Amino acid sequence: MKPVFQRLKEKFGNAILEVSEGSAKEWHVLAARDSILRIAECLIEVFGMRFLFLSGSDTRKENKSFTLHYVFSYAHQDQFLVVQTRIEEKNPHFPSLAHFLPQANWHEREIQDLLGLVAAGHPDPRRLVLHEDWPQGLFPLRKDFGSPKKIPRTAGHYAFERVEGEGIFEIPVGPVHAGTIEPGHFRFSAAGESILKLEIRHFYTHKGTEKSGEGKAPEHLLCLAERISGDNSLAHAVACVQALENLGQIEVPPRAQFLRVVFLEMERLHNHMSDIAGIALDVAFGFGASQLMRVKETLLRLNEQLTGTRLLRSVVILGGVRQDISEARREWLIKEIKKIKDDFDKTIQILWQVDSLMDRIETTGTIRKEVAEVLGGVGPVARASGIDRDLRRDHPYAAYKDLFFRVPVFTEGDVESRMKVRVQEVYESFKLIYDALHAMPQGPLCGAVKPLASSQSALGYAEASRGECFHWISTDGRGKISRWKIQSPSFSNWPLIEYAVLENIVPDFPLINKSMNLSYSGNDR
Amino acid sequence: MFRILKKNMKTGKVTLPYAELTAKVPEGFLGAPEIDPAKCTGCGQCVTACPAGALTVKDSQSGNKRSFCLFYGSCIFCGLCGQACPHQAISFNGKFKLASRTKKELNRELFFPLPECRKDAAFISDGALPSEEKTGNEQGFTQGNFTDRILTEETGLKLRARIKDLFGRSLHIREVDAGSCNGCEVEIVNLSNPVYDVERFGIHFVASPRHADMLLVTGPVTRQMELALVKTYGATPSPKLVVACGSCAISGGIFERNYAVTGGIDRSVPVDVYIPGCPPRPEAILHGIFLALDKIPAVKKD
Repeated sequence: MKPVFQRLKEKFGNAILEVSEGSAKEWHVLAARDSILRIAECLIEVFGMRFLFLSGSDTRKENKSFTLHYVFSYAHQDQFLVVQTRIEEKNPHFPSLAHFLPQANWHEREIQDLLGLVAAGHPDPRRLVLHEDWPQGLFPLRKDFGSPKKIPRTAGHYAFERVEGEGIFEIPVGPVHAGTIEPGHFRFSAAGESILKLEIRHFYTHKGTEKSGEGKAPEHLLCLAERISGDNSLAHAVACVQALENLGQIEVPPRAQFLRVVFLEMERLHNHMSDIAGIALDVAFGFGASQLMRVKETLLRLNEQLTGTRLLRSVVILGGVRQDISEARREWLIKEIKKIKDDFDKTIQILWQVDSLMDRIETTGTIRKEVAEVLGGVGPVARASGIDRDLRRDHPYAAYKDLFFRVPVFTEGDVESRMKVRVQEVYESFKLIYDALHAMPQGPLCGAVKPLASSQSALGYAEASRGECFHWISTDGRGKISRWKIQSPSFSNWPLIEYAVLENIVPDFPLINKSMNLSYSGNDR
Repeated sequence: MFRILKKNMKTGKVTLPYAELTAKVPEGFLGAPEIDPAKCTGCGQCVTACPAGALTVKDSQSGNKRSFCLFYGSCIFCGLCGQACPHQAISFNGKFKLASRTKKELNRELFFPLPECRKDAAFISDGALPSEEKTGNEQGFTQGNFTDRILTEETGLKLRARIKDLFGRSLHIREVDAGSCNGCEVEIVNLSNPVYDVERFGIHFVASPRHADMLLVTGPVTRQMELALVKTYGATPSPKLVVACGSCAISGGIFERNYAVTGGIDRSVPVDVYIPGCPPRPEAILHGIFLALDKIPAVKKD
């Protein structure tokens, strides 16, 4: 690790104000505001690090300024680098990275909306999280925001980017959609059937979850984490609990680590089932949809019998897991999983041979590797575009480092590739569950719970069925949670859809959308 | 073609009759907390454990009575209260048929003589307990800015009586997500899977509110979805029913009323039936829809 710190110091000299080793796998660097852009460039281009997310917090009480945290992954050494910089209130500007790092676009706009810091030189400084009827000058993540009972709705205007010319028309869709899905707005500009431009406008389900988490007891924070994105309840809970466990230096016993893997893979299974079923449904192939939705129901019922809840809520607790899988239950579960695998296998064999399905999904909604990379795509969407990236392997957590599994990667980047990635991941999940159940050692389910360290911050993460999900938690001087940043895979992947649909026809949009299956609530929080 | 046929025949019939669906749930399902009045001492430990403010305690001014309330409309079925209870008075037995026409029916109240409560070593005084009150007694329909744009509660009630005759068996539902976590959506989509197959009851999910008889609304109503919800309600032709699905939709659930959340559907549009759960299991949603239609008699309070 020394070389990274040393080389940064050599290169940037006085711009690097402080270096330290944080908890677990984190390195911290405090840098001068004006050199952030050069440091980020160097980290990405010289060290081969990957930008993950940007979090901002109001630390005026502690150090009279706001703090920004740029989090990078250094996968070669299974480490994370957190670059911090301080922004003074009287000059609330920070340099925008969006020109060089388009991925930072939404992150910086979110900070503008919620914290009131200005991204200087941002190419698109419009509102993102808060809609146009939110009053000017009110920033909910600031500590002096308080909890006003009533916030007036003001007149405002949101300007969509327009495509102009003869025969171009706009199709507004949402926020209330035709299917049973979450709310969001899509603005298509089309010429005939072809989509020339899509602009997405989300954050209709913004619930101020991060703000609500401040000051919460850890076990209550977990309940809230389970409700960030309902179908990824467990992945968010695991990411959150790992951050809390890092903060409290809580040891999780090995049996609990293996059980977490079993439950996490159960969650991946039921999500992938409905995603593949959704693709079949959107091409009007009812057989595939109903067979796989039936399999999903079987899985949800298994979850229920194992844990008491269908969506695997209240399973993970601070220090371990709540439910054990007994010896008898283990044999039963292995049998059930085998049956489901056989069932899934037969249906999938049929799906690949149906022309009406294959015709619709081949070459539809293509995302090129460069686009996915530059916009920071994650999860199955990135893996379908040739990006070999999976937190379970690159930054192993729970018991993943003790288990062998493959990370399926396809290169076409179309709906078919995304479906193939999911199908292969389903097989890997079956195997992981099987192996984890066999390798699971005896022992306690929960470690000793300790209070959270004060004035610290820690990262927790999990590879959800949609991709990587990070929770970043900071505590104040009394060990209370002072900031909770949630980076969901949907927040990373939504901007990609604007590229995936280009030159496709409007009727293929639902199919492309389904193949990426992004959560609105996870994105909006 | 033949392989599809073969697979379908091998799968057989998986749809379960309604009676069988609701008679028993898979073994292990936690369901809603139930409080045993014989064991409960009113100490208040569970109140501090609850992440959603579903449990409240209030001591009378005179200092001799303590009222304790469990409001299913905020409960997220997490089980933390059961673990916190020093007297094992809270159990989870898979109870889920909780839908009701009024929020009040979702309260479970117990009263204790305060001096007796104090004798319990685990006693916590109400001053030390979280103060935000969330029960079914609070007045709904208070914060919507759009009152001039929607019908009143009374009209809704009158219409409901006629709907049973008007719709007969068929019911068209428009689902509206007013900011849910998508847990409720998962279960609503599951209603159409082969096991539940709601189409057999003549229930269809439709693409537009203009085709709908009923709005099935989820989520705590975010500030940014409030107008869309009210507009959707306005676009639904009368007579219409509104069902609040999930604890968020009833009271905001675990989501506090904050800058982004208004806290419950009935603050924006009138509601006919409330379905507790986080999320409610598909059987519970079906039960709530049937209750809204008067297809089944209201469940007696136990």
